[in-house]
Amino acid sequence: MVSATGVSFFNGMLVGSICCVFITMFGQINMRHRGRTQDHEHHHLRLPNTKDFLNISEAQRMELSKNIRIYCIILGESNDEHYWAVLKETWTKHCDKAELYNTKNDNLFNKENDKWTQMRKTYQHVFEKHGDNYSWFFLAHPTTFAVIENLKYLLFTKDASQPFYLGHIATSGDLKYVTVKGGTVLSMEALKRLNSFLNKTKKCAEQRAFWELSADMQLAVCLKYVGVLAENAEDSEGRAIFNTKPIAHLIRETMSNNRQPVVEGCCSDMAVTFSGLTPQKMTVMMYGVYQLRAFGHYFNDTLIFLPPNGSEND
Amino acid sequence: MSEIHFREMASKSWLNFLTFLCGSAIGFVLCSQLLSILLGEQKDIQPNILHNDPHGRHSDDNGQSPLEGQMNFDADVSQHKDENTDIAEYLYQKVKILCWVMTGPQNLEKKAKHVKATWAQRCNKVLFMSSEENKDFPAVGLKTREGRDQLYWKTIKAFQYVHEHYLEDADWFMKADDDTYVILDNLRWLLSKYNPEEPIYFGRRFKPYVKQGYMSGGAGYVLSKEALKRFVNAFKTDECTHSSSIEDLALGRCMEIINVEAGDSRDTTGKETFHPFVPEHHLIKGYLPKTFWYWNYNYYPPVEGPGCCSDLAVSFHYVDPTTMYELEYLVYHLRPYGYLYRYQPALPENMLKEISQVYKHEDPKVKREPSKEKHA
Repeated sequence: MVSATGVSFFNGMLVGSICCVFITMFGQINMRHRGRTQDHEHHHLRLPNTKDFLNISEAQRMELSKNIRIYCIILGESNDEHYWAVLKETWTKHCDKAELYNTKNDNLFNKENDKWTQMRKTYQHVFEKHGDNYSWFFLAHPTTFAVIENLKYLLFTKDASQPFYLGHIATSGDLKYVTVKGGTVLSMEALKRLNSFLNKTKKCAEQRAFWELSADMQLAVCLKYVGVLAENAEDSEGRAIFNTKPIAHLIRETMSNNRQPVVEGCCSDMAVTFSGLTPQKMTVMMYGVYQLRAFGHYFNDTLIFLPPNGSEND
Repeated sequence: MSEIHFREMASKSWLNFLTFLCGSAIGFVLCSQLLSILLGEQKDIQPNILHNDPHGRHSDDNGQSPLEGQMNFDADVSQHKDENTDIAEYLYQKVKILCWVMTGPQNLEKKAKHVKATWAQRCNKVLFMSSEENKDFPAVGLKTREGRDQLYWKTIKAFQYVHEHYLEDADWFMKADDDTYVILDNLRWLLSKYNPEEPIYFGRRFKPYVKQGYMSGGAGYVLSKEALKRFVNAFKTDECTHSSSIEDLALGRCMEIINVEAGDSRDTTGKETFHPFVPEHHLIKGYLPKTFWYWNYNYYPPVEGPGCCSDLAVSFHYVDPTTMYELEYLVYHLRPYGYLYRYQPALPENMLKEISQVYKHEDPKVKREPSKEKHA
């Protein structure tokens, strides 16, 4: 009797595992296939064309630059103090305000909270405290480096009272979502709609699907309910400006994917994010972006951004 | 009795069925966990290479697979339509630099190719120096052997070659390795204050063994025209020795003998411009251990962290092919839009006057930028 139940248990395990493998493989192939064929169907958001701003004065330029206020949220569970220290010391200084949410430490979160719950609690908290003071909300992983000036350039002709949800797009079936790894941008209106929806219903608060959707996909589902669709941010050549990998990876990838002897540059001049960086690489990026440059090259930029006070590394 | 037997059988099969379901659920979960670990992304682990010998040469392989092909960041011209390069172009004409790159037959495809695809294009003239000639690359054949002990001999022959064929084509003569990344625009800014008819040379200055110091070989060094003339002459008159196993030290000793000054290459805020390592090694406090030779070699007080490296850095060393392209991207392409950099150095007075005359018709921006002299 015991052996009979044992056998059926074992059989069950075997069948379960095989099912899992098949479904995962099928899912992967499906996702990859969809991702490739649906590239042209993405909503695109391009960098602005600044021809209209050629004749404005310097004072006007500074005014324009000050009007875009970005609130940065770093959401991570890194216990590594080194990451938090480096983030505070580097690019987050260029946000109008930056807040680091450590899901292992913060009072907002319980131990059982999954990643989606952590994300929505964070967004709700941010909206309650700061929803009125900032026009744009940028959420990133601790391993992401962002050039906030380029983000402001991307957004400065966009109206924050419209619903915007931008970043590096991925597709899963019918769902277009912004991958959290590349950084997620929400306009004030998008965050407002998200918040009121989360307050009103439990519809996307709990996800008991057979397929546990990742937090970034859940966000897309929720936003879809309130009429906010994901858009892929690109430069004038259609290159993604939110990147989910470090520069070196993108260089190697571009060169190995492309069999020509000389390939075009991997990355946009106006890139906003690179991700998957170590704390050391972040320090290098800080120097590479805000200090290291070639003498004698000047740009006729519409916006003007001043370096932050009390800083050595930018 | 058959009824009882039947019920027993029924309950047994229910039990079996339940255990089966249980097993399949557990199997499924375990399997999905395993798959998510296997399919998860791998971390970016870079080997931590510290070069233990100041005159040490290059590890031939740091474990990365070779980089096939080349990348051209300038293929997309539209990204730079707002860029004003008048001053960079003016300096290109005014401060002519000939670069020669120390390489070898086995490194032409592995390393020198990427130098050629990136910074070498900005030299007024570039030559790749190898022991054997290669007409396709092209590379100059110095008719030496390869190897660490041949470096000084190769250097002498390279400078002699340059002196014989290209003396009048440039004002300054830069030597670099095939794993050095050089920012020519910044080198021109540095040299614009000096007269190439003066006997002087620049690089990352080291203090031991030579009274006035000597320049690190790997970080690259640049000789004025007069310095080159004196150097080549020194071998005709035997003022300098022909053989040494330590290239940069031997050159430095020779320079002192022939009265070529070891210049100060630091920027106007005192930050170093020529670097014997990649940016990461200098920017991260504690990366180079305190017992490392570097701390005792640097002529000026060495700095780690944000003060290590000038905004207008000239060179980095031990740069692998991928990092060549990364530096190319960081220096000439990726930038923070509209950012007003803290450090705004100017050109020398005489050049500013000349530029404003040449570009009389240009918009005030060109004249305005150089005169902003904010020091960090």
